[in-house]
Amino acid sequence: MDKIQSRIPEGPLAEKWSNFKSNQNLVNPANKRKLDVIVIGTGLAGASAAASLAEMGFKVKSFCYQDSPRRAHSIAAQGGINAAKNYQNDGDSIYRLFFDTVKGGDYRSREANVYRLAEVSNNIIDQCVAQGVPFAREYGGTLDNRSFGGALVSRTFYARGQTGQQLLLGAYQALNRQIKKGNVEMYPRMEMYNLVVIDGKARGIIGRDVITGKLERFSAHAVVLASGGYGNVFFLSTMAMGANASAAWQCFKKGALFGNPCFVQIHPTCIPVHGEYQSKLTLMSESLRNDGRIWVPKKKEDAERLQRGEITGMDIPEEDRDYYLERRYPAFGNLVPRDVASRAAKERCDAGFGVNSTGLAVFLDFKDAIERLGKDVIEAKYGNLFQMYEKITDDNPYEVPMMIYPAIHYSMGGIWVDYELQTSIPGLFAIGESNFSDHGANRLGASALMQGLADGYFVLPYTIQNFLAHEINTPRFKTDIPEFEAAEKEVQEQLEKLMAVKGTKSVDTLHKHLGRIMWEYVGMARNRDGLMKARKELKMLKQEFWTDVKIPGNLDDLNPELQKASRLADFLELGELMTMDALNREESCGGHFREEYKTDEGEALRNDKDFTYVAAWEYKEEGKDPELHREPLIFENIEVKQRNYK
Amino acid sequence: MSLAGIFLLTFLLVHLGINLLVIIFDDPMVYNKAAHFMGTNVLIKIFEIVLFGGLLLHMIYALILQVQNWIARPKRYNKANYSNTSFFSKFMIHTAVIIMVFLVIHFIDFYFKAKFGHAAEIHIDGVTYHDFAAEIEDKFKMLPFVIFYIAAFVFLGFHLIHGFQSAFKTLGLENKKYTPVIQFLAALYTVIIVGGYSIMPLLIYFK
Amino acid sequence: MNLKLKIWRQKDSKSRGKFINYQLKNISPDSSFLEMLDVLNEELISKNEEPVVFDHDCREGICGACGMYINGRPHGPDSLITVCQLHMRKFNDGDTIVIEPWRARAFPVIKDLAVDRSAFDKLIQEGGYVSVNTGSAPDANSIPVKKEFADLAMDAAACIGCGACVAACKNASAMLFVGAKISHLALLPQGKVEASERVSRMVVKMDELGFGNCTNTGACEAECPKGIKLTNIARLNREYYKAVF
Repeated sequence: MDKIQSRIPEGPLAEKWSNFKSNQNLVNPANKRKLDVIVIGTGLAGASAAASLAEMGFKVKSFCYQDSPRRAHSIAAQGGINAAKNYQNDGDSIYRLFFDTVKGGDYRSREANVYRLAEVSNNIIDQCVAQGVPFAREYGGTLDNRSFGGALVSRTFYARGQTGQQLLLGAYQALNRQIKKGNVEMYPRMEMYNLVVIDGKARGIIGRDVITGKLERFSAHAVVLASGGYGNVFFLSTMAMGANASAAWQCFKKGALFGNPCFVQIHPTCIPVHGEYQSKLTLMSESLRNDGRIWVPKKKEDAERLQRGEITGMDIPEEDRDYYLERRYPAFGNLVPRDVASRAAKERCDAGFGVNSTGLAVFLDFKDAIERLGKDVIEAKYGNLFQMYEKITDDNPYEVPMMIYPAIHYSMGGIWVDYELQTSIPGLFAIGESNFSDHGANRLGASALMQGLADGYFVLPYTIQNFLAHEINTPRFKTDIPEFEAAEKEVQEQLEKLMAVKGTKSVDTLHKHLGRIMWEYVGMARNRDGLMKARKELKMLKQEFWTDVKIPGNLDDLNPELQKASRLADFLELGELMTMDALNREESCGGHFREEYKTDEGEALRNDKDFTYVAAWEYKEEGKDPELHREPLIFENIEVKQRNYK
Repeated sequence: MSLAGIFLLTFLLVHLGINLLVIIFDDPMVYNKAAHFMGTNVLIKIFEIVLFGGLLLHMIYALILQVQNWIARPKRYNKANYSNTSFFSKFMIHTAVIIMVFLVIHFIDFYFKAKFGHAAEIHIDGVTYHDFAAEIEDKFKMLPFVIFYIAAFVFLGFHLIHGFQSAFKTLGLENKKYTPVIQFLAALYTVIIVGGYSIMPLLIYFK
Repeated sequence: MNLKLKIWRQKDSKSRGKFINYQLKNISPDSSFLEMLDVLNEELISKNEEPVVFDHDCREGICGACGMYINGRPHGPDSLITVCQLHMRKFNDGDTIVIEPWRARAFPVIKDLAVDRSAFDKLIQEGGYVSVNTGSAPDANSIPVKKEFADLAMDAAACIGCGACVAACKNASAMLFVGAKISHLALLPQGKVEASERVSRMVVKMDELGFGNCTNTGACEAECPKGIKLTNIARLNREYYKAVF
């Protein structure tokens, strides 16, 4: 099918990337100055891409909805970043990182992409160190590593519990250097509302100035989407409040395929929900599972007394505690991958063993670790996380066990891209979390930072030239041409339509409703009936939204409610697409667990024969179902096996 | 600013030393001689100009910085700041004004009198000395005067306890090792200055 | 909990703005401060009033977007946290809470409690980086860094750019923010190469942007949600003298 060419270079796996680079088209320095690139988003992928492209000589326009590019949500990543440096001499290699990532992703990712990711992982560490990212060090002055998320080697580089922040600030600083040099025009508080396509190629965007409400037109020779994930479709997630799918969704509506939308990651160690007013879930780094032990009571009556608040975890004797991960997965224990840990927690809570008032929490206990290593060691390792936990819950995790529950965290799915990170619209590229990415059906810990920076620093700045090399004779676009006018009109009409509803329900009320539907039916465990029900309810909710949403304030003003409403309009449609994709994928793999497809022991059961493909959805007009395209996944270098963490 | 401040800090010590001469020797003439030396020696005369220069610099800088700082926040907060901070640092300009008022009076009383006025004179060995010691005796027999002087010293102390350590911080001298030492020295210095200067009026008043 | 709120409302950067009082009932002590404001906003929307605008994003204390002056303290009555991490259990039933935007010439109010902090970006643009192009880096372990310095650099680099230091400072000075970046980079061999140029440019820019001067009051350190130390200002001063003399 011509829509879906993955354009993977020829040759053996290990040589594909260098072959590509040796043979690709490049743009000469004089021509780079004549070419404009728009980059949407300033997270790890966006900021690093904008900075790198500008360093090369391209003229870059960079956009973010926040007040500063430094606020992008990559900043919240805590744990670390993987690289196959093998500094610890524990047998790591590019192949091993590649293998772990493909296996961790439950064999639903593209071999060539993942191998390239593993290959450039080492350059990322070099680059970041050169930028002054203060990674943790050994006393000898060399870089320290830790093991993460069940890897057999220590390949994770980290900067305290703020690795994402430090990496992002590195990229942000590089971006600022280029802003100062005049190679990047920075547009903060400018949100993308539409993509402008001219003669089949992405040539610009319509932005809305968040403060004045004014719609503005921006043209370029290529557009790079680095707008992050769509976890906020669930309302409650570990995403930033403003994180949204709208930029990606507009691209989808303009013809970019959406890959594997049902693959979202549910992170096992988040602080449990505590009330109806709650706006956001806070992640506790996965690294906690290195020393913490996860348990629930063995006896149901103990769990019930915990739920009523009559006793605390401390009152339950050792022999009455069920360390269920250690019990079920003796080999990996508390360090099983995220999807497995999350499902196991849900299983226990659904069975009535939850430990807080809502019955939706399990214990993460550091008692043994504190006894074994001493409080000082635990404090040095996790002090900031413990402090954060105490500030939020008012419980001291040094004394009472932490309570955790899974929460929506990352979207593996996203805009479909080929090997060159180009979407199905020529000239439109998607990088970082916004693309359907290299993580398959499940992402391993410390791999998101790696992918964002790999795309931004080392992959896109090359691959985009393969496209731009053909554009050197294309003059800069004026923005008063009909294509821009039409795109702006679409946005204007949509916003006016929203303001005109003048209903009774606040945006958050409706968004919470969407979140409940998604979490209930398209969350950690899905089944056909539930998904069918979700589709129906989503249609009704969409109807309700367009007839009853209430947006105070004006169009031409700083109006957060309008921003939220506009994002919600897109989330509602995305929710439907996710549901359809989840219905279509009749297997359990990675973050996608269909209750109908499991082993006798309750583990996820893949169907490799029928579903070893990327589901790439194409938008059809309003009211019609999107069309499914299948990109078969071919594994030539890895034997596809059932994952086993027992 | 900080350099001028540190310079003035040293002057305060020298001045205190001379004051204490009156007390230690309990002989008015020692003080008068010292004051005479201070008033006539060429080197001291030059130093006097430097001193006034330092004071002026300190004041002008303070004024410029203060104005800049006020401009930096055109709209004030409604609710006053509750942050846990170096308390007296917030009132440096206020204590400075009080100290300036004191200085003016102090100058009228002693310095200008010596320079242009008609202080009592004593002639010993053909040299004419101003009898400052007697002057001081007269002044500090008056209770309001004593209270005013001591109050001024207390405010000077407020100014110094922050100023001393702040000067070092501005010069870049701050770290785990030295800062506690500097803070201790600041406290010690302040106590010595406030105490030292207060002794004289008190002693004379109660004599 | 029942609360009285006194909140600064200002339509846009040109309007004058004033305090408006609100009453709020049945707030859970377990909710965060921003969730309390969410509840207020829901009520305002139901009454057809415009909700209170404030910046916020990650709501886990790391993005630095949120910030308001609560009862005389930036980020409110708790230490080492941002507003989004402040919880209502820090207040008492019946309290009056005064909420103001950051006040500084360099941070003009945009609307209600949202201010323009782009001055911080402009400061970083003056040299708050290491000039290294992508792809030109040597192997990461070829530059050993003493652990002590790496740790100190990390302490300084933890700054989230929220602006609490400027808001707390009686002079609206940005010395702690600039000091943190200068320290972070000056402590590492990678950043030393450009240290003197960096500090000269950033200090000049700081004055140009209308921030006040440092009087070593220490309010910045006391209110910094990431515990950035005053020693970073002293290091900034040292670096500055080194660069000038």
